[in-house]
Amino acid sequence: MSLAQKYPNEVNQIMAKYPPQHKRSAVMPLLYLAQREEGCVTKSALKDIAQMLEITETDVASIVGFYSLYHDQKAGKYRMQVCTDLPCALRGADRFLEELCGNLGIQVGETTADGLVTVEGVMCLAACDKAPMFQTQGPDGIRYHENMTVDKTLELIEALKKSGREVE
Amino acid sequence: MAHILLRHRDIPDINRLDVYQKNGGFEAFKKAVTAMKPTEVTDVVKASGLRGRGGAGFPTGMKWSFIDNKNWPHYVVANADESEPGTFKDREIMESNPFQFLEGLAIASYAVGATAAYIYLRGEFWQVAAFLDERIADMEKAGLLGDKILGSDYSLKIFTHLGAGAYICGEETALLESIEGKRGQPRIRPPFPPAVGLYGKPTIVNNVETFTNVPPILVNGADWYKSLGTPDSAGVKIFSLSGRVKNPGNYELPFGVTFRKLVYEYGGGIIDDRPIKAIMPAGASSSLIVVDDKALDTPMDYASVRTIGGDLGSASVIVIDDTVSIDWVINKTIHFFKHESCGKCTPCREGNYWMLHMTERIHSGTGTQADVDLLLNVAKQMQGKCLCALGEFATMAVVTGIERFPQDFQKAVKA
Ligand code: FES
Repeated sequence: MSLAQKYPNEVNQIMAKYPPQHKRSAVMPLLYLAQREEGCVTKSALKDIAQMLEITETDVASIVGFYSLYHDQKAGKYRMQVCTDLPCALRGADRFLEELCGNLGIQVGETTADGLVTVEGVMCLAACDKAPMFQTQGPDGIRYHENMTVDKTLELIEALKKSGREVE
Repeated sequence: MAHILLRHRDIPDINRLDVYQKNGGFEAFKKAVTAMKPTEVTDVVKASGLRGRGGAGFPTGMKWSFIDNKNWPHYVVANADESEPGTFKDREIMESNPFQFLEGLAIASYAVGATAAYIYLRGEFWQVAAFLDERIADMEKAGLLGDKILGSDYSLKIFTHLGAGAYICGEETALLESIEGKRGQPRIRPPFPPAVGLYGKPTIVNNVETFTNVPPILVNGADWYKSLGTPDSAGVKIFSLSGRVKNPGNYELPFGVTFRKLVYEYGGGIIDDRPIKAIMPAGASSSLIVVDDKALDTPMDYASVRTIGGDLGSASVIVIDDTVSIDWVINKTIHFFKHESCGKCTPCREGNYWMLHMTERIHSGTGTQADVDLLLNVAKQMQGKCLCALGEFATMAVVTGIERFPQDFQKAVKA
């Protein structure tokens, strides 16, 4: 099923944001929509978006490749992206990431055996006064978790496992 | 003093439209669209001395006056990409005092005759964008956006657009490319956006904090605004304080406050009361300033910070104490710039790649003094040769780190 069939309201809202002669602008929001369900941008989504916007599949793929929040590979249901950039690292972010991975029995960049979480190190997320912090990217969008400890994070993962969804 | 920008710290629930309006919200916009000519609005902003808060400090009113009135339509774009390591002020504004930002954006749009404005948020601000969408809908319902606003002939729509994780999109021409649905790579300038911007049309791009200053300027006047801050840097600034301080966070202060006051009074001093060693006043893009009494007593305004070998930029003050070695610091910054280089120009793409190799080697203890010399050489070779400021920024901490903290590098290569 195409995006326009699956999410007619969202697609219309997105297209209405841009002048009709510049519909290529909709490529980024459409990619987010396509990625929401699958966790990554599939080949058929590339084709679908290219057709909708009258651009080539290569054009769409180049956007996926350029921006780090689009993924062409499946990972865990949730990507847990810990900021280890300079200001956070000055407040213990590297140690936090290491201990978290140690507790989960994975290396940075790997996914837990149950496929729930992939843990990654990322660049500054504009929350430098609240380190250690990470964002989760998953079916519920992108959410921030600030002033975290390893224990609190493990609890969050437990809750995700139980509910299958991220709750506030 | 009551806050001018971070008003939510004084007024609870100001992120609700009724509360914002009860506290003078949208008076400035109303005054503009019903009683002022667009050029009069620009003149007030010009006279206020307001300078862009994204980092470059370009005079805002002057930028608005550059809009090309022979080519239509016009656009206004809010830069909410906020990706400089150490910067987290725009997010607080948008989450907690969103209407003042949106009002400033609407006033700017009126001043340059734009009927559509875009807010470009970094993709990680997914929740912030959803929150702003609701606020924009509130404004539409209240007749503050849409057709013939407040009985005038002026119409305006505001849209949010999410980026997707690319620091380079904070550069205004890369940002415009990104809204156009392309890879975020900077354009060759000139032409500048006020002549050729979004979709090839005249466009004004300003930072979130810049727009947020506009409503109080229109209400209280240019002279009031100029009475705050210093002659060179008018008004107030939000300083994002991070790193090895006890109380990191955003502090809204007039320009000209000293580093000492920010770090020791507002920031509560250094963790474990250690000695302070270095300051990066403009995030990861800045020079490393050696901290002595002279530096601590330097007023934080654009001109003064230059006298101690730095730039105020976005005023994202990263504090480094004596537990930290500078070779580790530049390894972190280069890691960032290598990751964020867009790859369009060779000096930046290749330079950062090789600088990362060398800082890795030095930091891991397998480097030699020859690596340090070569690293400095490569950084200097890059300077002045990159297509946009990112390449230049990448070299700042490397060059000043090696030149001003040589002992840290000697230790790193010997150990
Ligand atoms: S450095 Fe981690 S959020 Fe800014």
